Amino acid sequence: MILPTISGSPHVHGEQSIQKIMFGVVIALVPAFFVSIYFFGFDALKLVVVSIAACLLFEYLIQKYLIKGVVTINDGSAVVTGLLLAFNVPSNLPVWIMIVGAFVAIGIAKMSYGGIGKNIFNPALVGRVFLLLSFPVQMTSWPVAKPLFAEKLTDAITGPTPLGILKEGLDEGRTISELTSELPTYVTELLGQHGGSLGEVSAIALLLGAFYLFYRRIISWHIPATYLGTVVVFSGILWLINPGIYINPLFHLVTGGMMLGVFFMATDMVSSPMSAKGMLVFGFGAGLITMLIRVWGAYPEGVSFAILIMNAFTPLINKGFKPKRFGEILKT
Amino acid sequence: MLKTFKLGGIHPEEIKLSSDQPIDVLPVPKKVFIPVSQNLGAPSKVLVKKGDIVKAGQLIAKGEAFISSNLHSSVSGTVMKVDKVIDTSGYKREAIVIDVDGDEWDDTIDRSEQIKHDCPLSAKEIIEKLKEMGIVGLGGATFPSHVKLMVPDGKKADLLIINGVECEPYLTSDHRVMMEKGEEIMIGTTILMKGLGVKKAIIGIENNKKDAITYLTDLADKFEGTKVQTLKVKYPQGGEKQLIKALTNREVPSGKLPIEVGCVVNNVGTALAVYEAVQKNKPLFERVVTVTGKSVNKPANFLVRVGTPISELIDQAGGLPQDTGKIISGGPMMGKALVSLDTPVVKGTSGILLMTDRESKRVVVQTCIKCGKCITVCPMGLEPYLLSNLIQHEELEDAEKEGIMDCMECGSCQYTCPSGRPLLDYIRVGKNRVGQMIRNRGKK
Repeated sequence: MILPTISGSPHVHGEQSIQKIMFGVVIALVPAFFVSIYFFGFDALKLVVVSIAACLLFEYLIQKYLIKGVVTINDGSAVVTGLLLAFNVPSNLPVWIMIVGAFVAIGIAKMSYGGIGKNIFNPALVGRVFLLLSFPVQMTSWPVAKPLFAEKLTDAITGPTPLGILKEGLDEGRTISELTSELPTYVTELLGQHGGSLGEVSAIALLLGAFYLFYRRIISWHIPATYLGTVVVFSGILWLINPGIYINPLFHLVTGGMMLGVFFMATDMVSSPMSAKGMLVFGFGAGLITMLIRVWGAYPEGVSFAILIMNAFTPLINKGFKPKRFGEILKT
Repeated sequence: MLKTFKLGGIHPEEIKLSSDQPIDVLPVPKKVFIPVSQNLGAPSKVLVKKGDIVKAGQLIAKGEAFISSNLHSSVSGTVMKVDKVIDTSGYKREAIVIDVDGDEWDDTIDRSEQIKHDCPLSAKEIIEKLKEMGIVGLGGATFPSHVKLMVPDGKKADLLIINGVECEPYLTSDHRVMMEKGEEIMIGTTILMKGLGVKKAIIGIENNKKDAITYLTDLADKFEGTKVQTLKVKYPQGGEKQLIKALTNREVPSGKLPIEVGCVVNNVGTALAVYEAVQKNKPLFERVVTVTGKSVNKPANFLVRVGTPISELIDQAGGLPQDTGKIISGGPMMGKALVSLDTPVVKGTSGILLMTDRESKRVVVQTCIKCGKCITVCPMGLEPYLLSNLIQHEELEDAEKEGIMDCMECGSCQYTCPSGRPLLDYIRVGKNRVGQMIRNRGKK
């Protein structure tokens, strides 16, 4: 020792890092990734690889040549964005559209705000919604999920999602009981053998990942609990009023992007509120908007829009819902 | 159910390497450097000059201000000079340098081993005695103990809390004192109760010191009004406000002292010093100091004379490890990095921690990803990310509104931050500047 290091306390660090958090999320998404390969085969693998590679490449190019700053592709955040973006598209999406999505997610939604930590909206969701609005046909033709080694059951290549069946059926004036036969059973919905984006189909696989995120303390219960709670209460009330045209809460929980959105995108640290109170408000708002869109909106699914809308409120929520300070009110 | 505080807190690795090392008496050094500012508040006024012959326990500097304390020589010998010496703060400050000759103690000090139970003094006399003997809080803040016992008009104390939490990783001095001086601590506690005029005292100890809990719980049965409460292990439970909250569920209001909720908190080491001062007439001139660190040869707990250079302690613990990168006075969470091995031990030194080169390096600072973990762990319910941003932009007024002065610098936010941001560095600077702003406001 020549000269001792001088620095302020604390002199130890908890060893948590951005990398550990981001790769923790990646690990949590692995079960859903395997399920998507099982049901959608090589297409799923192809899109995931392309999306991640494109996200990394765009981040690298922009940081290196446009901003001429520090390259942060090692922190894992671009990998998470790429993975989530791929999870949010149908497995038959043309590769070039996937790349456009990656460009919008990283280039516009992330880098133009200043990179990691600065973006207001969840980059993967911005990319997804951009593609949905720009390529509505390609983004809503859902390949039929069929197990990897199973025999070909039908000739159909694409089919609707459960939420799509419901929306269309109700719009035609049919009732829930008439539609039940067309809807997949809850078991298949939980496992994931139904139409949908390649990573969102299996509620079980996503729940497994969510448990891992809780275990690693990467996410807290606040947003998922209030989000799901709001969905259950909202849809439950409607269901009790008229089960003929409003489907039960369980259906809402296991279909569409609910599990993926609630546990992996609404909980995105950068774009969600920071205090516990704020998170509760955020989860409630996202749940409410999701249900408003699903029940009365033009789209069958509302998770992406709901989270993006609440992202916009996050700075306001951070200002309005502060933690309770110690010693603020004297207790006797 | 073990008690603890609710808001925030972290669980750093405990690494108590010296828990089972009995207190070892460190040989008296050849020379001591006794800084004249060893307490929170005003420095003491020097009473000796070059060439004076002093004995251990002799008054050498007097606390004249209301919040100040007396200082006594920790050795016998000759005063060499009153000079500027680098102290724990890293700055050169006034200190009395004494050349040691033998080890002669002041005659009035009772050096027998016999434990003295009865205390005939009145509350007022006890306070007077603590002032005379230079007793300050040994938990680290070094607030003069006699001032703590003087309850301001209109306030009333009903509970004495003895802090045996020792929530800082590595440190074991309080633990050892509890194990080896339990009876003295209990007598000291009853003296403090008398001085304060309360009937109840709780000794709070974290559950990682089970032997001390068992030992003191048995002892407490023999002392009326005292009891031991086991606490869940959680940092920073040793913080006054957190400890009061954990034990009584009372919440000290922002900007106020514990007496506001009827509590006074003293460290176990202070209770021992109180016993020695009142029952044995011994001024505070030595204390137990832990010397520890992953590369330290023989982690130890030493009974050390105030003014001993820390190099003497490190030598006794097996020498300075080759890979030492940082020398810390105190624990790894709130301790101060020292600039010199000649820094003297003072009344507030609870430990010397030697960190390796690798441990000394900070993690790379990355952008805030707004994870909110700093908010979750802040035991004061603040928003550290926001405070550090406000200070970076010199928004002092806003920082004040956001409660920056409530921060007790426990470091939980910076410990937890996944982006490795120096949150507490900014907040510390901010507290300084906001404090200045508030004081200037008073002048106008």
